[in-house]
Amino acid sequence: MTEALTNIDPSLVVNPDGSSVRGDREGLTKSRLSPRQMAVKRYLHHKGAVVCTVIMAAMVLFVVLAPITARYGVNERIFDATADQPNSFLSPRAEAWLGTDAIGRDLYSRLIYGLRVSLVIGLFAACFATILGITAGSIAGFRGGRFDDILMRVTDIFLAFPFLVALLVVRNFLGEVSFLEPIVGEKTSLRFIIILFTIFGWMGVARLVRSQILALKEREFIEAARALGASNTRIISRHLIPNAIGPILVALTTAVVAAVIAESTLAFFGFGPDAGSGNTSLGNLVGDSKSAVQAGQWWLVLFPSGLLVLVAMCINFIGDGLRDATDPKLLQDGGN
Amino acid sequence: MSEPVLSLKDFRVSFNTMNGTVRAVRGIDIDVERGEMVGIVGESGSGKSVTFLGMMGLLPRSATIEGSAVLDGTELVGMKPKQFMAVRGKKIAMIFQDPLSALNPVHKIGSQIVEMIRSHEKITKAAAARRAVELLDIVGIPQPDQRAVQYPHEFSGGMRQRVMIAMAIANEPDVLIADEPTTALDVTVQAQILEVLQRIQKDLNTSIVLITHDLGVVARVVDRVQVMYAGRAVERAQVDDLFGESSHPYTRGLLKSLPSQDKDRLVPIPGSPPNMLEPPPGCSFAPRCDFAVEACTQTLPELVPFGRGETACIRAGELVGMMDHV
Repeated sequence: MTEALTNIDPSLVVNPDGSSVRGDREGLTKSRLSPRQMAVKRYLHHKGAVVCTVIMAAMVLFVVLAPITARYGVNERIFDATADQPNSFLSPRAEAWLGTDAIGRDLYSRLIYGLRVSLVIGLFAACFATILGITAGSIAGFRGGRFDDILMRVTDIFLAFPFLVALLVVRNFLGEVSFLEPIVGEKTSLRFIIILFTIFGWMGVARLVRSQILALKEREFIEAARALGASNTRIISRHLIPNAIGPILVALTTAVVAAVIAESTLAFFGFGPDAGSGNTSLGNLVGDSKSAVQAGQWWLVLFPSGLLVLVAMCINFIGDGLRDATDPKLLQDGGN
Repeated sequence: MSEPVLSLKDFRVSFNTMNGTVRAVRGIDIDVERGEMVGIVGESGSGKSVTFLGMMGLLPRSATIEGSAVLDGTELVGMKPKQFMAVRGKKIAMIFQDPLSALNPVHKIGSQIVEMIRSHEKITKAAAARRAVELLDIVGIPQPDQRAVQYPHEFSGGMRQRVMIAMAIANEPDVLIADEPTTALDVTVQAQILEVLQRIQKDLNTSIVLITHDLGVVARVVDRVQVMYAGRAVERAQVDDLFGESSHPYTRGLLKSLPSQDKDRLVPIPGSPPNMLEPPPGCSFAPRCDFAVEACTQTLPELVPFGRGETACIRAGELVGMMDHV
């Protein structure tokens, strides 16, 4: 199809602004992009998102290949301390690129292991919270009535609590109830933290999905689908949620950031995952740097906090790019 | 023709609103024979769409539906939502006015039809996809195999209405309700869509109910017409009789307000339809009718046989011949 275009004198087919005249005619000369290709194109148009995707991909790669990329084990000292050669609080040098901590462990390696834990928590907690939020929000928005009222009030209550206080109270409550332990695990286990963040993370998504569904369900294609015999479940899953997928994806990315930051906050106060056993997370590393600020051990503060900021920023930029990609109103021409 | 495939008896729809009960449809009788095309004509708010939306269980919960609607031996009034889903799309399907917004923008045309087929029939995806292409061919979409993998935004309005029709007939329903299917389309495309409907009526022996306010559309394709006004039927006739010699002043008024070549000016019907919160006790057209007498405002007129059709005008006999001179 594109050959036909090249055989024609370009002066005949090009508008003053350079766009093709004939290409606009439906299905004749120009092979058009599918919506998915257009979305990719719009995403690539967002330079910040592209850069952050690359950085994020590199970080994920480092984390996945942790045994290779890390120089030392998570609890391994760079060398055994001797009287004239202490191994703790060493500033960055060849043996430890980013310095060492209080007991001589390599900060660079610990950052990789810590990021791994943080990302696992962030991704899983965000995915579960989003799934829960989509389910609750779509049912509330679609059915309306009593269920909607109750659900939205529950959401309000969750959002009205001071987040950190509620998180700690629920954490301690859940952790103390012994019959729940087989399900939720130890207070400091990853599973427990993920469940905790899921409980606190779904309301935002639920509200968003509900509002989307409220607007979408009045659209005519929903009535048309119903007139042709679509069931409620199918209307929600095939017609409503796919049309709201853009905002949902963006909410998912913010939920990942929220979970990573929440983990850091918990860990900073000493309630994070595996606080005692040495297995670390970004939050634990940031928390460990509390005393380092006064002692002038800048590397212990700068690198964990910097990595946390970098991760949060990258995921936010990716979310921004996804918003551009899923909103066809931006760059209608697909970024030409 | 024996049993009608769709039969409404004393069908009523009312809405509970804050201002009181709006009685949108007040006792409608409609029989649709198999393979027949029936036109329902009336101005906006006359209850023509509400009748069929109510019959299909598509109205909000604030609507109360009474009377009887029998589709191929099944009573639809009082049916549970679950049962309705099995009927809709399989036995009866409905298409709407605005084809531009009636298709889901995020799915390909073909997969929307496939989904529609597979929700009522247990067949494989591949078989359903083949059937979808056939259906697109039936409704006159060129290159149906290529068009099936395109998205709604790549189709024009007329083409989208064809797709809607293809989806509606996918499971060969007994009755297809077309609610103003051509109103949003320009005239040349209108004619094509009506041709598609006619072909479906003939080839698949599908009964079609064509809801419209456009008498021109009615004249072109339907067999019988029912004229509605303020939630009641005012006249029922074969289409030729209606245009030749309508018996009800309202129908006359509609015909007079229709543009044609030998008319210098159009005569609109004065006034506006009655408030359906408190419809007048007598003939609801009486307040706007040039021929209304005292008796017209007393009792609600029923459809009675008149000539070759039926009319709800109590003065129909006297008025024959008189109305032409107005």
